[in-house]
Amino acid sequence: MFDFSKVTSGIHTWLSEYLSQGLAIFIECVAVGVAILALYAIIAIIMIYMERKVCAAFQCRIGPVRVGPFGVFQLIADVIKMLIKEIVIISHSDKFLYNLAPYIVIIGSVLAFACLPLSQGLEILDFNIGVFFFLAVSSIGVIGILLAGWSSNNKFSLIGAMRSGAQMISYELSIGLSVLTIIALTGTMQFSEIVAMQSSGWLLFKGHIPAVIAFVVYLIAANAECNRGPFDLPEAESELTAGFHTEYSGMHFGLFYVAEFVNLFIVSAFAATVFLGGWMPFHISGLDGFNRVMDYIPGALWFFGKSFFLVWVLMWIKWTFPRLRVDQILQMEWKYLVPIGLVNLTIMALCVVFGWHF
Amino acid sequence: MNNFILFIAVIITGIALPLLALLMARLLGPRSYNPQKSEAYECGIPTRGDTWMQFKVGYYLFAILFLMFDVETVFLFPWAVVAKEIGVVGLISFAFFMLVLVLGLAYAWKKGVLEWK
Repeated sequence: MFDFSKVTSGIHTWLSEYLSQGLAIFIECVAVGVAILALYAIIAIIMIYMERKVCAAFQCRIGPVRVGPFGVFQLIADVIKMLIKEIVIISHSDKFLYNLAPYIVIIGSVLAFACLPLSQGLEILDFNIGVFFFLAVSSIGVIGILLAGWSSNNKFSLIGAMRSGAQMISYELSIGLSVLTIIALTGTMQFSEIVAMQSSGWLLFKGHIPAVIAFVVYLIAANAECNRGPFDLPEAESELTAGFHTEYSGMHFGLFYVAEFVNLFIVSAFAATVFLGGWMPFHISGLDGFNRVMDYIPGALWFFGKSFFLVWVLMWIKWTFPRLRVDQILQMEWKYLVPIGLVNLTIMALCVVFGWHF
Repeated sequence: MNNFILFIAVIITGIALPLLALLMARLLGPRSYNPQKSEAYECGIPTRGDTWMQFKVGYYLFAILFLMFDVETVFLFPWAVVAKEIGVVGLISFAFFMLVLVLGLAYAWKKGVLEWK
């Protein structure tokens, strides 16, 4: 497996030969920033294209086909359209909060995105409390959504934002509990160590029953956390116009839209990292030849393959199930997922302490 | 490299992304003023009143419940990291902690906080 930390440390020594320490670090930070921006934009574009094509396939349509081969340039056209639209700021809004909201949504999403290990040695933020940090920053977005809804000075936006707030904070609990289940098994919160642990088998298999339950609970909660799928109440278009971003136009709206899609990728990539081994290839202990062949596939390919598979599963769920009511959403969380999560955590605690895992 | 320098760099990136996008939209997009255009859209007809108004208390109850549970989950993270090492002693203290959590949820359930009325 190719170790990217050789490349990054090579660049660091090469830069510090010619420049002073501070300048070298500054240049590296700028390079990291540009890389994040580029990757963020590319993933947003891929996700929107994928959403259109997958949605079309589930509805027996063919989706965008006119612009370029298989309609791949449709997204470029959309980006240009979004850029040349006027940004209308409505007069009765709370101007400062109204303009602040997209920033908060994007900052939360970028910070969470920077935590993900893309390949061996290719992680940007690798704290020893990585998972905890991820959970903390991914929940910043709800503040942006609440601000957007409230500052628009519009009843439907407010209702959408309040629903979103109630839903997102509730489902965060389930995400926390299912992640706790896995941390009890790994004994570390650092992403790189969690991935390294899975070289002998993914945690989904190592933790058997409690890990599988945690995985399913996580997928449901993550879908709700992104305000998507059967849980898209905050922007239920048939009742609330467009929910919290009704009053946003042009690029302002575009930022919410991009953040929503990248958040979907982030939660899928997190699930892929924690449950399905991240960039770690599929290994079966004992079959050395098979493992050797699997090692030839690059880590980034494994990571993106697993992530986009989970994205596809979430899109499948979105386009298959009808939307829930607000009371059903909250009852599903508090009366089903939280008790399941608590029992599951207890089972995992027993498994870990008495060594009933692989 | 130090993680905290990178952390600051990522935050600046997070600010730069919307800033750049909005700046480009400002440069490329048209601009015209019209009092009709800057009214709230809502659902098509003019909005009445502002959003400082009475709101359903149910959201507030769920927020309090969340606060209680989330703080307790935060306390579980340090336990989870060392669960393997501290073994049975840790398991017993975990069980007591869990009992308090479950009692809290059961109390809220019994009081009908979880019903959306």
